[in-house]
Amino acid sequence: MTAVIEARALNLTFSTNDGPVHALKDVNLTIGKGEFVSFIGPSGCGKTTLLRAIADLEHPSSGSLTVNGMSPEAARKARAYGYVFQAAGLYPWRTIAGNVRLPLEIMGYSRAEQDERVARVLELVELAGFEKKFPWQLSGGMQQRASIARALAFDADLLLMDEPFGALDEIVRDRLNEELLKLWARTQKTIGFVTHSIPEAVYLSTKIVVMSPRPGRITDVIDSPLPRERPLDIRDTPEFIAIAHRVREGLRAGHVDD
Amino acid sequence: MTRSLPVLTVVAVLIALWYLAVIPMNAKWEYDQASRAGREIGLSELVANTMAQERPVLPAPHQVVVELWDSTVVEELTGRRGWWRSGSLSNRSLIYHGWVTLTATMLGFVIGTGGGILLAVGIVHNRAMDASVMPWAIASQTIPIIALAPMIIVVLNSIGISGLVPKAIIAAYLSFFPVVVGMVKGLRAPDAMQMDQMKTWSAPGATVFWKLRLPMSMPYLFASLKVGIAAALVGTIVGELPVQEGGLGVRLLSGSYYGQTVQIWAALFAAAILAASLVGIVGMIERRVLRRMGLAG
Repeated sequence: MTAVIEARALNLTFSTNDGPVHALKDVNLTIGKGEFVSFIGPSGCGKTTLLRAIADLEHPSSGSLTVNGMSPEAARKARAYGYVFQAAGLYPWRTIAGNVRLPLEIMGYSRAEQDERVARVLELVELAGFEKKFPWQLSGGMQQRASIARALAFDADLLLMDEPFGALDEIVRDRLNEELLKLWARTQKTIGFVTHSIPEAVYLSTKIVVMSPRPGRITDVIDSPLPRERPLDIRDTPEFIAIAHRVREGLRAGHVDD
Repeated sequence: MTRSLPVLTVVAVLIALWYLAVIPMNAKWEYDQASRAGREIGLSELVANTMAQERPVLPAPHQVVVELWDSTVVEELTGRRGWWRSGSLSNRSLIYHGWVTLTATMLGFVIGTGGGILLAVGIVHNRAMDASVMPWAIASQTIPIIALAPMIIVVLNSIGISGLVPKAIIAAYLSFFPVVVGMVKGLRAPDAMQMDQMKTWSAPGATVFWKLRLPMSMPYLFASLKVGIAAALVGTIVGELPVQEGGLGVRLLSGSYYGQTVQIWAALFAAAILAASLVGIVGMIERRVLRRMGLAG
């Protein structure tokens, strides 16, 4: 298995008015191709910071971090990843197709190729037929699916998702989780997924990275024994409950020094 | 109707107060006339007379309306130099003077808006401009325009520029400021997430400007344009005062030279109607554009 993301002794410190904040401390992590990795932990544990460092949106203070064997900056410029933010962030003056097309326009794809790709990724997130709708005409869940389509449009092998379903209600969230797994199976992408929901992390992931705050660090890495094919009711199986228990233990261990 | 009723009520109250004020404001002249003639003046006669003076201290509303009508429609249709008989607008008509003011206002507004947007783009994209331009822009607006306008006209005249352009430059001087302030805010309206998103696509600065910053700034731009176009009109009128080559400013000044208060008020109302129409047109375009862009809030 080739490593897509490799972090060695990674540290990241923010300087704030209240002095330096150690957002990431001694992070060692390897993510292989095709894995679905969840980062879970309480707020302030550095899970989002780690994802942003991978995306070259934050800069590590020390240690090494590579994405596809390159520096995060080189990987970003090589369009190695698509990033899905917590808010869909669709432009209200663009249609759904126009929004998905935006990164393709920026990257200079031909008009014909843009059309073909927009149609393909909207099909992938089951939004075919909504091309000409404007964002406000869609529900929150549909908007977030459009933003996933936008991140998929330029064929990055790595998909980074920062609490993409955090603002949605649980029923919508369940359905989107199920669809995300199908999408992952169809596209064979590597996914980095930040969440603070234990069931979501266990249901989705092949690898769960448990993190804890002050300083932000990894306390446990769990390789999930669950099969890749996962119906929603897998959440009632003993294996699922056992992993969820271990995640909870990891989270609790991280809180001892509070 | 539900919207216009409160507005009409306020207008009716204002007109009533105006009529009430006309009586004491113009009464002194009537008393003087009466005492000079050696007779008493009754209340009903006093009220009637104060409403119909030729050069009242405060003209009655209907006198202003009549003057507006006479110096526009009547003048152009029946006047010797009116449009109907001579084929060109009469220089005694408010339509002619309004047109002179409007052309300078529009040119000044275009220059001011363009300059304001360029300055805002510079401020947002250039650290040195960000630190240096705004204090000067603010300082420029603290200088009374009435003091500055004659100097601009004299300086430009000495290098052979006169007529429309000096007035337009004074108009631009007043209208660029709200555009700068609004557009700086507007171009900075994209939040951290939207800027990060552009970075994940490695979008160059020009792309961020055209695809994100500029569309996001539209609500701010239109708010500024409404202030800016009214300011441009004020600037044009001030610029017309020393030049005396036509325009509503000229009508205001000549009215005050000859004590033609009714003419002053008619010119004032013509300027107000013009300003309201211009702001209204900008507002209409604003509603269309923002609704189309999904930014109407």
